[in-house]
Amino acid sequence: MLGLDMRWQLSTAENTRMGPQLFNESFSLHGSTMLFLVSVPVMEAMALWLVPLMLGQRNMAFPRLGAFSFWLYLGGVLTLWIAHALDVTPDLGWFEYPPLSGPAYSPGHRADIWAQMITFTEVAALCASVNVAATILKMRPPGMTLARMPVFLWAMLIASMMTILSMPAIMLVTSMLIADRLVSTHFFAPDAHGDVLLFQHLFWFFGHPEVYIIFIPATGFVSSIIETFSRRRLFGHDVLVLAIMAIGALAFGLWVHHMFAVGLPRLGNNFYTAASMAIALPAGLQIFCWIATMATGRPWFPAPMLWILGFVSTFVIGGLSGVMTASAALDLQLTDTYFIVAHFHYVLVGGAMFPLFGAFAYWYPKATGRMMSERLGQLAFVMIVGGFNLGFFPMHLLGLMGMPRRVYTYPAGMGWEWLNQIATLGSVIAVGGGLVFVANALWSYWRGAPAGADPWGASTLEWAGPSPSPSWNFAYRPVIDSLTPLWREDGSELPVMEGIAIERREVLVTSVTDAAPLYRQQSAAPSIWPLIAAVAVTAMFLGSIFTPWAIVAGALPIGAALTGWFWPRRERAKTGPLRVRT
Amino acid sequence: MTIRDPRAVRIVGDLSGLPASASGPRHLVWWGNIGFMLIEGTGFVLAAAAYLYLMTQAPHWPPPGTRAPDLTWALIFTCGLVMSELPNLWVRRCAVAKDVRGVRIGVAAMTVIGLLLMIPRGFEFAHLNTHWYDDAYGSVVWMLMILHTSHIVTDWGDTAVQAAWLFTHEVGDDQFADVEDNANYWTFVVVSWLPIGAIVYGLARWS
Repeated sequence: MLGLDMRWQLSTAENTRMGPQLFNESFSLHGSTMLFLVSVPVMEAMALWLVPLMLGQRNMAFPRLGAFSFWLYLGGVLTLWIAHALDVTPDLGWFEYPPLSGPAYSPGHRADIWAQMITFTEVAALCASVNVAATILKMRPPGMTLARMPVFLWAMLIASMMTILSMPAIMLVTSMLIADRLVSTHFFAPDAHGDVLLFQHLFWFFGHPEVYIIFIPATGFVSSIIETFSRRRLFGHDVLVLAIMAIGALAFGLWVHHMFAVGLPRLGNNFYTAASMAIALPAGLQIFCWIATMATGRPWFPAPMLWILGFVSTFVIGGLSGVMTASAALDLQLTDTYFIVAHFHYVLVGGAMFPLFGAFAYWYPKATGRMMSERLGQLAFVMIVGGFNLGFFPMHLLGLMGMPRRVYTYPAGMGWEWLNQIATLGSVIAVGGGLVFVANALWSYWRGAPAGADPWGASTLEWAGPSPSPSWNFAYRPVIDSLTPLWREDGSELPVMEGIAIERREVLVTSVTDAAPLYRQQSAAPSIWPLIAAVAVTAMFLGSIFTPWAIVAGALPIGAALTGWFWPRRERAKTGPLRVRT
Repeated sequence: MTIRDPRAVRIVGDLSGLPASASGPRHLVWWGNIGFMLIEGTGFVLAAAAYLYLMTQAPHWPPPGTRAPDLTWALIFTCGLVMSELPNLWVRRCAVAKDVRGVRIGVAAMTVIGLLLMIPRGFEFAHLNTHWYDDAYGSVVWMLMILHTSHIVTDWGDTAVQAAWLFTHEVGDDQFADVEDNANYWTFVVVSWLPIGAIVYGLARWS
């Protein structure tokens, strides 16, 4: 909606729908919300739901940590949007570079709200990532060795590892920014030997891997959907896994390509140009593996598969414009123009949101027990993919014609109006398609055809049980003997193991490489403490916008809440100096 | 599309004979602990990188007129911290051996040791010879020190609560694993100080 409003503003020259301040707030809110509150969290939410199902497990490794991360995420959402309702909206874009965001140029609390919203969401994302990684490494079903792990689980594991290794950078740098603003440190103050580029380095050390933290889970969705609808095992499973690993590693060597315009040494620019182009190789391998799977299988094209076609075509365009901007010389011309706006929307919407829509349609029957309307699904697909390309492709041309991003208006006679109007029309169509998609989800929830356990005839474990999955997911622990455990050519039943308690919450823990059964772990019961801990952390985070003493004062309630959370419930001591004496 | 029932299953084994707990890398929580150490370790590395970056950008380091941090209290703290690994590793061994008396005494001792270490750490702050608001050098020195001290304080809180629990409750296998994890975490706090301390105290002298 914010995007549409901005498109309305830009559809004619010298439009007065928005002034500069409202436009600044709109793109800041839009970018911060989509990057920090939607793209990463929605991928983690999919992991928290799907990982245990695909592992044939009853729950995640640390269910209370999962609850804590959700409540903190909600705290981040409310921080940004309640502040917006109170007219304290961040207005410096989704990356708030100093010195503009420093104390000298941004009085008030708009920048603090942005920085602290990030702290919320990053702590939430880090907790979720530890949870996902530990679950995948230690709770795979017997027989699911690393070599037999579905690509989806590899994608979620690698994205979690990337989160663990990159998100501390943004937490550190936003904390440094808050410290500059609140307690007069000088990290980014050149007149006191600080350096504004330090902010950019740390921000993009997180920011570039973040793009892949969003994209890599999407490759997991794509792999699952293509395998099911091509009715054959993924072509090049190992190549796909190695490609994801390569992308995960290379993603940490690219951050400077966001900073080509700041005047770094030429050798540095050359290195990052090469690294940025190199990442196209594993991404290309993935695309070829998926195409080969479709080409050599017996593909059919219901709505989830249509989204994959939309993804492949759109993402390839975004990838190619990425290779163009990886060249430091060309980037210097294109940076901060609409070409960049077009590029990252093609990559993020085409590369992550289209697969997400496909994943939504694909796993909707598992979540609800009902099918989505195919006809409405096709309509939404055509409107969103068509509208998106109509809306964003002209922005490449606008960028090449010199239209800068983040301008609230432009003078007449620049030749930009008709392309902006096409872009606005495309955006309207895409948003209309989004409404059709949502309406389809709501309508199908009550009126959709019953789905049964496995409507697509899929290969992975989440489809073995009833739809929707019961709260315990599976009664037995499956035993895995192939990459596609539900495609049993001999028609045999799914082998399972019994013996995990049914009278209490218990999960099976297995070894990291071979998934050999090790022991039975009691799973935590529901508890109010993660919520109390999250409320205490929220109070501390919000208080520290106004005074550093909030960190000191907040430590005690947080410590008390964590003590309540982790306090084991066992009988009192019968030995030792503090034993119960009767 | 066909409406399919849940898959028919064939029972091929029984897991009820497995133990109800484990220790070390076999235990699930051990991996959670590693995950958080990895997060915090990355934070340390990046904070150290920020120090090095600012150092390379500045014409003088520390800025003219600023003395390097005094060494006396830092050496006392570092010696104490490194020596605390001896009782810490002993506690860890007691946890692996499931020695109730050993973990009770050991964790209580580590609580006292953690508290004692905060005394030289407090004096270190008073002898940094810079303030966080003086310049970027002071800011980044204080950041590294606060970052590490926050780990001392949080691990001390964790150890104190664990000691109180261990003395008042019957200790089970999962709690022995908790003690082991806490000891591992202290080792992380000790090891992470060595490069951080070298940066704060060494680079201000020999850069």
